[in-house]
Parts: sequence; C-alpha cells; structure tokens
Amino acid sequence: MKLSRKWLSEFVCVDANDREFAEAMTLSGSKVEGTEDLGAEISNVVVGRIEKMERHPDSDHMWVCQLDVGKDEPVQIVTGAWNIHEGDMVPVALHKSTLPGGKKIEKGKLRGILSNGMLCSLSELGLDERDFPYGVVTAAALLNDYKPIDPEKPSVPLGVTPGYRIFGSVKAAFVTRVENAGDGSFVVNCDSGGIYHTITTTLANIHEHDTLALDTEKEHICTLADLHAEQREFPHCINDGIFVLHEDCQPGDDIKPVINADDHVVEFEITPNRPDCLSVIGLAREVSATFDKPCRFHQPVVKGGGEGVLTELLDVETPDPELCPRYTARMVRNVKIAPSPKWMRERLRSMGVRPINNIVDITNYVMLEYGQPMHAFDYRYVKGGKIVVRRAAEGEELTTLDGNVRKLTGNMLVIADETRAVGLAGIMGGENSEIVADTADVVFESANFDGTCIRKAALALGMRTEASAKFEKGLDILNTLPAVNRACELVELLGAGEVLDGVIDVLNYVPQPTVLKVEPEKINALLGTNVAENVMYTYLQRLGFETTAERGMIQVPSWRGDVKEMADLAEEVARFYGYNNIPSTLMRGQTTLGGYTPAQQAERRLGEVCRTCGYSEIITYSFISPTAYDKIGWAPNEPMRRSMRILNPLGEDTSIMRTTALPSMLEVLARNCNNRNRSVRLYELGKVYLPGGKDGLAVEPKFLTLGAYGEDMDFFTMKGAVEALLGALRTEAVVFYPCTDDPSYHPGRCAGIRAGEQHIGVIGQIHPAVAANYGVEEAIYCAELSFEAMLAAQGPGAEYAPLPRFPAVNRDIAVVCNEEVTVGALTECIRRAGGKLLRDTALFDIYRGKSLGEGKKSVAFNLTLRADDRSITAAEADEEIKTVLEALERELGAVLR
Amino acid sequence: MKEQLAKIRAEALSAIEGIRDAAALDELRVRYLGKKGELTALLKQMGRLTPEERPIMGQLANDVRAALEKALEDCSAKLEAEALKAKLQAETLDVTVPGKAVKQGHKHPMYFALDEIKDIFVGMGFTVLDGPEVELAELNFDRLNAEEGHPSRDWSDTFYFDKDSRVMLRSQTSPMQVRAMDTMSLPIRIIAPGRVYRKDEVDATHSPMFHQVEGMVIDKNVTMADLKGTLNLLAEQLFGRGTVTRFRPHHFPFTEPSCEMDVQCHKCGGAGCPTCKGEGWIELLGAGMIHPNVLRMAGIDPEEWSGWAFGMGLERTAMRRFKIADLRLIFENDIRFLEQF
Repeated sequence: MKLSRKWLSEFVCVDANDREFAEAMTLSGSKVEGTEDLGAEISNVVVGRIEKMERHPDSDHMWVCQLDVGKDEPVQIVTGAWNIHEGDMVPVALHKSTLPGGKKIEKGKLRGILSNGMLCSLSELGLDERDFPYGVVTAAALLNDYKPIDPEKPSVPLGVTPGYRIFGSVKAAFVTRVENAGDGSFVVNCDSGGIYHTITTTLANIHEHDTLALDTEKEHICTLADLHAEQREFPHCINDGIFVLHEDCQPGDDIKPVINADDHVVEFEITPNRPDCLSVIGLAREVSATFDKPCRFHQPVVKGGGEGVLTELLDVETPDPELCPRYTARMVRNVKIAPSPKWMRERLRSMGVRPINNIVDITNYVMLEYGQPMHAFDYRYVKGGKIVVRRAAEGEELTTLDGNVRKLTGNMLVIADETRAVGLAGIMGGENSEIVADTADVVFESANFDGTCIRKAALALGMRTEASAKFEKGLDILNTLPAVNRACELVELLGAGEVLDGVIDVLNYVPQPTVLKVEPEKINALLGTNVAENVMYTYLQRLGFETTAERGMIQVPSWRGDVKEMADLAEEVARFYGYNNIPSTLMRGQTTLGGYTPAQQAERRLGEVCRTCGYSEIITYSFISPTAYDKIGWAPNEPMRRSMRILNPLGEDTSIMRTTALPSMLEVLARNCNNRNRSVRLYELGKVYLPGGKDGLAVEPKFLTLGAYGEDMDFFTMKGAVEALLGALRTEAVVFYPCTDDPSYHPGRCAGIRAGEQHIGVIGQIHPAVAANYGVEEAIYCAELSFEAMLAAQGPGAEYAPLPRFPAVNRDIAVVCNEEVTVGALTECIRRAGGKLLRDTALFDIYRGKSLGEGKKSVAFNLTLRADDRSITAAEADEEIKTVLEALERELGAVLR
Repeated sequence: MKEQLAKIRAEALSAIEGIRDAAALDELRVRYLGKKGELTALLKQMGRLTPEERPIMGQLANDVRAALEKALEDCSAKLEAEALKAKLQAETLDVTVPGKAVKQGHKHPMYFALDEIKDIFVGMGFTVLDGPEVELAELNFDRLNAEEGHPSRDWSDTFYFDKDSRVMLRSQTSPMQVRAMDTMSLPIRIIAPGRVYRKDEVDATHSPMFHQVEGMVIDKNVTMADLKGTLNLLAEQLFGRGTVTRFRPHHFPFTEPSCEMDVQCHKCGGAGCPTCKGEGWIELLGAGMIHPNVLRMAGIDPEEWSGWAFGMGLERTAMRRFKIADLRLIFENDIRFLEQF
C-alpha cells in the first residue's frame, strides 16, 4: 500500500522526516517497506518561458533559445528539440543542476555557442506520458530534414520549391508563419506554390521557413506515417521533445511542485487482518495514534439537486443477501467526461494509479482515500434501470473491462441489469457498461460483498484486482455510504455532472457493534508489563475505540473487525506502549527436563561418523519425478512405486513424494560429476514417504543414504564406512550377503546388510545402466540404510574388558579353494572351528594365478591366538590351527596351500 | 724416557687435534694405546729403570695415558656431535610442503544453524520434536485459527494430496504446536525443526521446500516479556553477545499479540546499507503469544495457561550467517560449496 505524504497531511500533520516516520510507523505495526522522495534527484530545475528562438548558425537542426527564468537577464540555452515555440513554458535544468538517474547538467558550448543548461523532456524528469498525457509530441515530416536512404535516388529532390507535387494531392509547402495558440495547438501559414493555407495543427515541430508535405485537398500536414517514411529519413522529426508545460506556473518557479516531485511516497506492508489500513484515512488513523496528533476527518457534503427522481430511475435487488450484505448507489446526470484536474491526477499517480477520466478517477480516488472499492456504470447500458446482484448462471459469459471474455460459474457474484451481467461483483466492471467519452448518466456503486466469495472468484478467474484484494479481507460495512457521498461530492467539486438527491441503500445485515471488557490486570499479565488503566484507555481511544456508558467496557470501531477479545486489546495496548518497552525476562515456572532422545543422539552420531569418513551432508527435495523410478531401474510392477501424489505440484518433476532417497542422491552425484568435481562423497539423512499412514497421512521413515564416486572410491571403501557407522552404534552380528536382484545395483557388486533380525539395507555399485540414465560413466557407489533398523540393531553400551596380560601367538594360513567359496564363509568356518584361544581372524591376501588352476583362489588369514591366564605354547597353537585347517577342508574343500 | 714420554704426549695430542673422522681416531688409539702401541711399547721398557725412577716414571706414564685417553674421549664426543648435526642437517624437510590430506566430510550449512539452535534450547530445558511433513490441513490451518478462506490455504500456495484439501504438505512447522498440545502434558517446552513446503517457484530467495524451526512454551503466567527474553538470548547465542534486537507488531492467525523480531544489521550497525536494504535491521523470525482460540481448540483453558511460540526459517538464518547470496546453492549440493563449511 502506497501512501502520499501530501495526501496524508490533509488528515494529519506529522513533522517527521521520512526515516523517523518509517521507524515510528513500523514500530507501531504498520511496516514501512520503503520511502520514495519523488524529487530526490532533481535540483536547480526551474520553469522557463521561451522569449526568443533562432536557428543555430552552424547547425542544420539546433535552436538557440533565450529564456525567462524569473531573473533579470534571460538565459541562453541551445537545444536540438524542434517541438518548442516562443511563448512556451518549459522545464529548464540550469547550470549545475541534477536530474533523475544521477545526470548532472553544466554550461558548455554547442558548436561554438554558449548553452547555460538544458531544456528537459518528460523522460529526463523521470516522467512518462502516463504522468502527463498532453506531454506527448507528434511530429510533422519536414522536408528540410529529409535525408534520403540512397542519396542517388531521393524520393523527393532536395531543396524542392513550394508547389512541388510529391504524390497525389500532397505537395511541398513553405511555412511563412507559425502562431503558438498556447493550448498545445498551432496556426500554420504556408505556401504550396502560390496557394496560401492557414492550418490549425497539434504537430509541434513546425517553424517559420520549414518545408512541409501538405495534402492540399484535405489541408492536412503529413506525418512520417502519412508519407510511409522511416524515422532515419527524417532524423529530427521525432515523436519526442521538450516537455511543454500546461500547468499553472511562472518563470523561475521550482519545477518540483509543478510536476508533483515534492511529494514523498511511503510503501507499507499491510497485514491481512487490517484491510482498513489499505486506505489513506485508515493509515491516517494509525499515524495519528502513533504520533499522538489529532486527525481531521471530513464529512462529505453533497448539494444534489440533479434532475430526476433516483428511485424512479434505478432499482436494486439483492437475491443473494449473504453474498451482498450491503449495496449503496447514487446517480449523476449530465456528466461531462474530461480529464480530472491536476491535483487529482497527481494524487492518483503518486499512489501508483493511472489517471483515466474524471469519473473513473473519482472512483479510484475514493477507493484510495476511504478503502472502499467503487464502481461507475454508464446508466444507459443498465437495461430496465435495474441492478440485480446475483450469482452468475453456470457458463454465463462476461467481457470484463480488460477486454477478456470470462466464463463464469454459479459461485461467482455478478452485477446485472434485467437481462445480462454488467460487472463482476467486487472484481472488475464489464465492458458493456464502461464509462466512455459520451457517457451522460452514471451510477456509482459502493457495496459490501462476501470476502470469501470474491476471493474464490478472483482466484478461479486469475484476476486479483485492487478491489478484490480489499473485499477478500472483509471490509467495514458502514463505509459504503460515506464513500458514495464522497464520490458525489467530488463530482460536484470537479463540475463533472449533476448529482441526484437521495441514495439507494440496500442493507441486508445490520452489524452490531462489538463491546469488550477492558481487563487491565489480564492485559498486563499477558504482556509482562505494568501499564496503567487510564493509559490503556488513552491508547484505545486514539485508535477510535469508544468508552461506553457501562464502566470498564469499550466499543470496537466498525472498521476493526479483527478485534474480538482481550488478547486483541492487549496487542493494541502493546503496539502503542511500544513492543520494545516491554521488559525482557527469562522463563520462570516449573522446570522441564529437556534433552535429546536416543534416536536424536544416534542421528548426530551417524552424521559425525559420515563426516569423519569423508562424506559431506546434502539436502534434497522430498518430491521427485515419477520417472525417477524408471531411471533407477525399478520394474513397472515394483510395489514401492506406490507414492503419495501431489495434485497441484509445481511441475511433473516434483509431483510425487519419494519412497526412496536413491534418485535424489544420484541426481546430486550426477550434478557434481557434470560440474567436473573429480572425487565426491555425500550423505543424506532424510525421510521417505510411504502411503498408508494414519488418517491418510504418510509413513515417514528416515534413511541414511551414502553416495560416492572418484579415484579413491570402490566397493570396499564404502563398505568400510558402513562398517564404521554400524560400529559407532555398537551393532553386533552384522552380515553382508551377496544381493544379485536389486535392479538399481550391479548384480555382482551388491550386498544386503543384516544385523540379527534387522534388515539394515543395501550397499553396492550402482548398475552401469542406471548410472548411464543419470549421464554418469564412472562407477558410482551407494548405500541405503534404514535409520529405524539401525536404531533397533543398536548394541548395548560400552563395557570394559580387561587388557590381555599374556602374549598372543600369531599364525598365518593360506588355503586354496574354489572361486565360489566366499571369504565370509571361510571366516565363519574358521571362527566356528577355532576354540577359545582363537581371538581374531584377519584376511590379508587373496591370490589367483595359473599355478592354482582354473577357478581356484588362495586366501590368506592371520589368526591371533591367546589365553587369558597363561602364555600358550607353540604346540597348543599348532593343535588349534590344525583343527581349523581340518574344518576348512572338510566343510569348504579349502586346503592348505 | 721422560723425554720420550713427553714426546709421545705432544705428538699424540697434536695428532688427535687434527682428527676429522671416527676411523682415524680409532687408528690413533691403536697406535698409541693399543697392545702394540707406542706408549705400551715404552712402558715395556720400565723394567730397565732403577727402582727409584720406576714410581716416578710410572706416575708420569699414567698421566700421559690419562691425558691421551681424555683427549681421545673428547675428540670422539666431538665427532659424534658433529656427525649427529650433519645427519639432522641432511634430514631437513621443506616444512612448507602441504600436509597429507585427511579427507573429512562437511556438515550442511543449514544443519550448522539448526544444530546450534537445538543446543541452545535443549540447554533451556526444551525437548526436540519431529513430526509428519504430510500433514492434515486441520492441524496446519484450522487448529491454528486460520479458518476456511485463509489465503495460504489456496491451491496456489499449498500442495495438496486430495481434492477435498484435507491432506497436504505442511506449509509451516506450526502444526507441531498442536501435536504437542494434543500429546504432551503441561507445562510444555518444545522446539520442532523440519521441512516445510510452499508453492513457490525456485529463485534466489524462494524454494518449494525449506526448513523451519518452531518453538513453543505453555505454562502458567507466561508473558510476552518472557518471549522477548528467550528470543533475545537466542539472538545473542546465534550472532554474538551485544546483538541488538527489536520487536515489531505483526500478524499471524495463531498468535495474539504477534510480533516479528529484527536483528540490527551487522554490516552497518543500524545506519542502513545494501545488506539490510537501507533499513538498518534484518528480519529474523515471527513470534507471539499463543492465540486463545488455539489453546481452547486444544482443550487448554487460556484463563489458566498462557504460552508463546515462534517460527524461524533456517535457510535464511544460515544464509545470513555464512553470507550465502543465493538459496539455490543450498539445494544444489555442489561439493565445492559444501566443503566451505
């Protein structure tokens, strides 16, 4: 919400600079997003009147002007613009002046002639034609500016004489005299070869001694478009130029008030509970309360007396009273559509609204001032003189003011006449009843609509407007009447028409004022303050709350629908006592035992171990593309494909909740690979989302996913990390078993992981075909570990075992066995066969070679033997090893090498 | 003989003087003190001396031997010291050569911020709650006083799983307030961090998924002053002692009074600069006293109990902490980014 401080000052005067103003308003609850000093960059720019213009002696396009800038002596300025004439008032950037965009102007010489500044165009002042529609220039095509594209073949010979026939009735004409009418038009006298013409035109670049292209039959001066000419053929006949002022100003005046650049505009963030603050008056109330300054409100006074009886001309019906609690209307006849006056245009512009014409501008002005959206209909298109506020028929069509055809549904509210819709209630008017140049009779609508209905309709049609944004938050039902009266008052002030006496006011719901009990001790208890009761009343009264006959009670103003109970009053008190004056205390009361649960501690521990192993933490989106399951190689009938599906996703790529975190990991690895990161290790401890939870929710188990690629990575490196993770949780009885049927993994390089009864997860090299789906040629390794299973398999806490007191004996054995016999099976066999003395079995070599024979391998272990109560003898050790070797041969056919 | 002894002594000492290596020193030892050494040979002639001369010469000979032994000893020690020095010299390293890399992983910057916040609150007796991200609209909205028609319930703002807008991706961690009220006994002190989802297209400051942490206290006589005290403590822990904060009125459906807390801009100290967009303050979190309606809906009597709650965005906190300019980096997970933390 933008607020013009000039407009604000009509209601409340505050002597604070922008920064102080913003700070104070922000701290009382109206957050200021920014402040714009409309003229901050403009200095030393004044109004000047062109006293004399002469062509520059050394230039074919420049003019030397003498300007009255309110000083004793005229100021000389050289300009290249052609749209100015003697007598014009123009903005003059004097020597040492500044303009928007950080532009600095100083005096200098232009082709040898001194120029003491610059004449300014609209854009040089930071304005455009929306600010001053009359500032737009249309240029005539001047033959003395003609530059043929091909100098060999000019369309018109250079230096043509008057009367030369260009085509048809278009002839060259020499300008003998130009008179500046002062209203943006000019009287041009010219000679088209002995025939003299006097033509009134708005083409602004014509001066004495110019040569025109004149349609002698129509007495029309040709523009570039008329001649089908390109701009480069007439380089100086441009539709741009100096901003010729038609404002009430004098030479020497500062330009800023003339173009309203002396206003400061404050941008507020208004929270949805305060629709009343979406208006100048609403904000004025807050400003008044914040600075403790009186607010001057204005009661609209309408003279009326227009011809006709309102009730005979207009009838209003509201068949859906719950959607239209109130409909207020007045009529204006004999309307003269015209631009609105400068002050009104300026105020609209400063608040970001484009001026259109007096009637439309009045509706916008009232909406900004009162916060009450208004609409104006052309009465001649309200058939039967009847306004019906009804639900749209299913499929009913309406062309709105923006020119779009809208297809409506029965949940949308329309303003209709007897036969058809003429507007979309609370959102936008219809094209069929638009105010146009010849509108004579106008109906002003000031209504209150159901917020939810308007919001849903605006959303469904994708047309959230200034009006709908206000209605959807719920407006003050009492505001419709003052607003419509204000509109009529403005009509009379602008002389825009004759207001009929009387008001049509359909009131379907009479609001009861909210009366609340003021409980100072409870308010102080909630805030932790000690604000005196009378101070509380002062704050509330400043905001428009009124004391009632009953002591201790207060009436909430009609525009404060958000205030319903003690806590709301407490907020009002706190806002004006100052949130920053509330003390800062620490919690008291019963102590609670905080802390981390075992699961939370395990999460932390696992994260630490991952990082120690060189894996960095990532965060990925919980939603994935349905094609992700194809990419990781899952069969079409894989049950895990059943996912929670978002009905309104941002896109297909983020439309289902993942049931596996593997695709997220692979995507991140692929991205890193694309970014030429050579060696990468990552982990994510995140949820997956399985359908079938309570209440239709998901089951959301956590998974620890590891992913890595690069020169120092292989299956066993990652397996080491997984072993470290399980070790950190003191997990016992961990088994890695070959897993050949997980479609995401290399069938020969994948292991399932079990710890006792718990299925922990899977580890392996990603299937090359799956890696290729992610555009990665390198070997990728991943592990997917169920956090819940790891937690369940967590071993008991540490318990001290005495350090060995007697030395150990180490023996190496190497056995030859068939390729299919796994190290796991060998190790398991050794452990089982070894007696109490066998304390450790460590693999140290696997060898394959011709000497062993096809399909054979040699596996070497180092066995540690030890007793707790004595040093063991060599004979004892030999006996033990013998038992082990026998078992290996018997059970696995592994023989000593 | 006396002269011979003196001669041997002088010759030997001068020879020792010139020795530069251990082998030559050994040679000298043998030459003078060995079994066939010069001094030994001379002593063998002692028999020829008179009994009167013998003790004198004996004494003299012993002195010479002692002097030679001492000189040999000293020289040997000197040579050893020199040898060690030379060895150390030869072993000199270029200490500026980089150390052998220990490849450690890195915590994600968002979790840096979160873990810090968790520790602060756990230290104050809070429990950390985890809860569902696929959530009931009833808990995400209705129970938080955001009734039917609240704009954030729109399908343009929130992700839904069913046509009836019943099951959704939580748009805030605040439903954890309701879950805590429904399941825990009073008094309650919890924080609840986690993922939240809003229908925002990805750009430098928006993401459809991000993280929040919710905090809530319900107890008897809890005041807004307590809320301020706790949040000020949080700000000091996060941003250092002496961090200046301010509280501004704001609006949330589930708190009343509501506020936002700003931290004074660390760059300009409140004067206004590009970092704080000229405001001098940077918004940190939203908070307020729990709305009586929210308490009532949970069956808690607002006349007896009161509470406060806050919610803060973790990515934004991490971005401020680490001066990360673009939110997309957080979810891109490029290792060169992660390794900076």
